[in-house]
Amino acid sequence: MEMLVATAIGAMAASGVYLVLRLRTFPAVIGMTMLSYAINLFLVTTGRLAVDKPPILQYDAPLSAYTDPLPQALTLTAIVISFGMTAVVVLLALGAYIEGGDDYVDMPDADRREDGGAE
Amino acid sequence: MSHFIIAPVVLPAVIGGLIILWMRHDMLLQRVFSTAGSVLLLGVSLYLAFHASSGEIFVYRLGNWPAPFGIVLMLDKLAALMLVLGAFLAVVVQLYAIGSGWDRKGWHFHALWQFQMMGVMGAFLTGDAFNLFVFFEVLLIASYGLMIHGGGALRLRAGVQYVIINLMGSTLFLAALGTLYAVTGTLNMADMAVRVAEMPPEDTALLRTGAVLLMLVFAIKAALVPLHFWLPSTYANAPGPVAALFAIMSKVGIYSIIRFYTLVFPGDSVVETIVSDMLLPAALITLVVGQIGVLGGRHMGRVAALSAIASIGTLVIAVSMFTPESISAALYYTMHSTLAAAALFLITDMIAARRNGELWLSLRPKIRDSGLIAALFFATAIAVAGLPPLSGFIGKLLVLEATRDDMWWVGIWTTILVTSLFAIVGFGRAGSTLFWLPFQLQRIEAQAEEEGRPRPEGPIPPKLEPDEHIQDIDDAVSPTLTFVSVGVLLAGLVALTIFARPAMMMADAVSLQLFDQAPYVESVLVNQEGARE
Repeated sequence: MEMLVATAIGAMAASGVYLVLRLRTFPAVIGMTMLSYAINLFLVTTGRLAVDKPPILQYDAPLSAYTDPLPQALTLTAIVISFGMTAVVVLLALGAYIEGGDDYVDMPDADRREDGGAE
Repeated sequence: MSHFIIAPVVLPAVIGGLIILWMRHDMLLQRVFSTAGSVLLLGVSLYLAFHASSGEIFVYRLGNWPAPFGIVLMLDKLAALMLVLGAFLAVVVQLYAIGSGWDRKGWHFHALWQFQMMGVMGAFLTGDAFNLFVFFEVLLIASYGLMIHGGGALRLRAGVQYVIINLMGSTLFLAALGTLYAVTGTLNMADMAVRVAEMPPEDTALLRTGAVLLMLVFAIKAALVPLHFWLPSTYANAPGPVAALFAIMSKVGIYSIIRFYTLVFPGDSVVETIVSDMLLPAALITLVVGQIGVLGGRHMGRVAALSAIASIGTLVIAVSMFTPESISAALYYTMHSTLAAAALFLITDMIAARRNGELWLSLRPKIRDSGLIAALFFATAIAVAGLPPLSGFIGKLLVLEATRDDMWWVGIWTTILVTSLFAIVGFGRAGSTLFWLPFQLQRIEAQAEEEGRPRPEGPIPPKLEPDEHIQDIDDAVSPTLTFVSVGVLLAGLVALTIFARPAMMMADAVSLQLFDQAPYVESVLVNQEGARE
């Protein structure tokens, strides 16, 4: 199982990084979503992988019958934050597309040249 | 006293919420409440600083949960110093934003401003690593809104880059926290320090990975080369007052570096000097890149942004030594560079407002209030470049002094001194283009008129899209207020110069407290109910 989880995290992180490095905003947004999935999965595993163990301390169960609840709380927070952030970046990318006319991530000529890129 | 520690976080949160709920359509009310909130915040920060100056470390347990399980806020001298610096900057720059009319060029400026302060103050106060992440997110979300305030194609484009880079940074932050949690089993910074110190040296590979990942996150925030690429476009395209407020945001990265690598991973722990070994070359390259940018920049906004990068470089050179002397030099330089960078951004904005938003360093007609702005620019340039008599000179001297015992001191001194020359020449060029060349233009035109020739080809007409005409001096509510707030920042620099000795004694006290980790651990973990022995 460790192998499976590690491969999943690795694959998602790799594709996420690849997509974020693309020039257009849409792949970058998708890439960030992939990356945040990878990180969320990674966060869940930081409390060690445990099957069939609830993250709740039960009254009469032995201590070994439950798993660390903190990573789950962290993951929950991270999911909420990355969800909100994705919404922000989508709106911003849309705004930049509508105002600027194209969906490239890098700065247009107007930012580099005094005549705004006119020949 | 005890409940006042959380006031710097709660106060802006409440004011920001009130502004959004009840004052959305009333600009005057927003301005009054927001300014009052910032002034109150400064007052609370000063009160906390007064208490922290006794050397005691105050701990605020949220919900009264015992420490490694609940979240704690910690107030020590370093946190108090940063609180006062941040709140002071917020008040002054906010006055500029009101005076220049920037705050009415979009929606919710004041609410976002308050939320930004909430994040910054929380990041300075928190004693919990995950909580630090959350406050980073709070200040980042607010800064995304502020960054694109006023709109415009270029600004939105720069905003997208800024958001993407910072989201990558947040992802990295989570990865670092996950790694550290997997190794140490705690997120409380004082508890983590105890566990790291107890860790046997043979299984620390993961811990070192976590420490380096965390370093990368803070380096993105502080814009250290090679993670600085977001900064020039962002700062050059952000509204002037927002860029000035961002001067404290890059210091949040520096603060976190100082906090983490003195408390949790000090040089004598298992992580050893791996972080400071990486920091020094990165800082030197940052300084060189920044000052070359100042020398060669063709756009005043970029020149200001790159000079901010250069000041981060100087600052991190001092931080990377991790000795009490070097940290206190870094703290003095932090105070100086925050105020100086903010003043430079505000003056850049003043020039932009009078040049129709054009900041390219080329011939333009003389701007309004040219003399006064030129004088302010001159004073700020002296401070930023590190020439006597202002505090930049003292700051650089302290950094040089702090690096004297390093193995590479010849290289460090050469880099700092040679790049200072770059900055002087760069600012000299920028200043003469902005303020002296217009007189030449006047003379050429007068001469042409006298000889009856047609007027020479005038300055290149600005090629702006309609939506970018948002920068205009006629929009200013009160130009006097803008001059006053820049003046207050400069007065702060002068005060820092005149009172350099008390300031240095304060910085020394802060850094001595930082290098004595035992009281932190004691006040967070031991002095509580059900404490470990």
